[in-house]
Amino acid sequence: MAKLARLEIAPTQLEQYRGELANVLSHVAKLKAINVDGIEPLTSPVDSTNRLAADQPGATLSLEELFMNAPAVEGRFIAVPKVLAEEIS
Amino acid sequence: MSAPIMDVVSIADAVRSGKMSAEQVAKDFVRRAQTANASLNAFHELFENESMNAARAVDAKVKAGKDPGPLAGVPVAVKDNLATTVGRTTCSSKMLENYRSPFTATCVERLQAAGAVVIGKTNMDEFAMGSSTEHCAWGCVKNPWDTTRVPGGSSGGSAVAAAAGLCGFSIGSDTGGSIRQPASLCGCVGFKPTYGRISRYGLVAFGSSLDQVGPLTRSVRDAALTYQVMAGLDDRDSTTADLKVEDPMKDLETPIAGMRVGVPKQYLSDANDAAVNASVNDALQRLQKLGATLVEVDLPLTDIGISTYYVIAPAEASGNLARFDGIRYGYRAALKTGESLDTLYSRSRAEGFGPEVQRRIMLGTYVLSSGYYDAYYGRALRVRRLIKAEFDNAFAKCDVIAGPASPSPAFAFGGMADPLKMYLCDVYTVNTNIAGLPAISVPIGFATEGAKSLPIGLHLQAPAFADAKLLRAARMVEKLFPDLARQAPHVS
Repeated sequence: MAKLARLEIAPTQLEQYRGELANVLSHVAKLKAINVDGIEPLTSPVDSTNRLAADQPGATLSLEELFMNAPAVEGRFIAVPKVLAEEIS
Repeated sequence: MSAPIMDVVSIADAVRSGKMSAEQVAKDFVRRAQTANASLNAFHELFENESMNAARAVDAKVKAGKDPGPLAGVPVAVKDNLATTVGRTTCSSKMLENYRSPFTATCVERLQAAGAVVIGKTNMDEFAMGSSTEHCAWGCVKNPWDTTRVPGGSSGGSAVAAAAGLCGFSIGSDTGGSIRQPASLCGCVGFKPTYGRISRYGLVAFGSSLDQVGPLTRSVRDAALTYQVMAGLDDRDSTTADLKVEDPMKDLETPIAGMRVGVPKQYLSDANDAAVNASVNDALQRLQKLGATLVEVDLPLTDIGISTYYVIAPAEASGNLARFDGIRYGYRAALKTGESLDTLYSRSRAEGFGPEVQRRIMLGTYVLSSGYYDAYYGRALRVRRLIKAEFDNAFAKCDVIAGPASPSPAFAFGGMADPLKMYLCDVYTVNTNIAGLPAISVPIGFATEGAKSLPIGLHLQAPAFADAKLLRAARMVEKLFPDLARQAPHVS
């Protein structure tokens, strides 16, 4: 689960999480006792309708504003470690 | 002479009429907050200079004879998961330690447009996940009534700032009780409006179908006024309701004739602290003497709320927090030569997020994973509909539903070290968010622990969009306890 969630967790800590989460999940299992036959899922408390905005350009953030929190910037780009392996590139 | 700790309406009146300058008010509150912060840690940042500038702009309007707004010069403390261009927006997380927002949350913008002056950002449970403000990367926040105890959470810093008079009022966010429970534990008013009433634009998302912004104040009137300023449709949040906001001030002082108060038998459980049940019963009896009718209502799904919530909220959180990957903003971990982009993601997230956030992300990832989706997430959403229907049925018989906001008064630090035990503290508040209802916690008394008094709050819930009526009911409760000191003893 840690791998799926992209969390690099040390083995000892993983053990602690395993116990705690098992505990929570066994409590959550109470849901199984509720009869939900024929009940539709409710994803939001409000009736969600697709609200469309007028197709007009408005103010937007500048590149400087967008980049001011980036951990690594090179020119007009956000820098990241190499994504493609040598043989592919 | 320093500005006395007054309510919002009085501060605004004094500034508007020129009796006090906004600059002096801001200066005094910031100074008081600076002094108190050494013992309470309510604030992560205080804006000494920026608040003076904003206050001077308010004073200039007053001098020029222009309307400075209904919240003229009122110092507001903002929970640190609400975006502000002033200072940082950290969510009390190492992940956002240096994050500066390029924009301001709609709710804050509206408060500022009404004349309020942002004086600081308050500490919270990291990413609003917790009920004690112990999961805060910048240290625990202390309860002003007893500094060996928690203030509740996740809006712990905001509750302390309001209760201890370190601001005119504060704002927080409530995903499962995060405004109401700390308000109850700190002895202030905490109001979570109907889902969709206040824009979530600029609120760092935790559980998008549950999150709602609201005020923490020293009076119900202040809660009504500040809510009114923030509420209403916002083009930048498509879940805000396109419904006229009823004026909550208009009939606030008019008692609800023959108010029917629903009392679910599930709420006064033996598992609650005895002092909590005694206080709630006392408040109910006083309401009855005033002419209210107590109606027994049945909410058998009360207990299943925690199970439902701790599937839906982590599921939504795991999606919302996927954006923190160390690339565009936030914490980025160091890599060794040859380590991959994937390692950058997972190490940044492991080093940037604290343990409670990691637990919830994993829990959410689990309940959304292909083999378990139907059994957990799908089922929880179906139970959610049942919980909403149960409230609808109950509200056919009553105007508001009353009970405790928290099963116990403030507990000691470390007292809920087991995550599940902590989650169970939210038993009376999570279903409100699951159903999207408005709810409020109002101080009604104290539990005595040795020489210390620990506040207790009455939790009132109302049907969706009956926010104004809920506030009227809360005002009636408030009037029953005229002698309750709203100000915590800790700060002078």
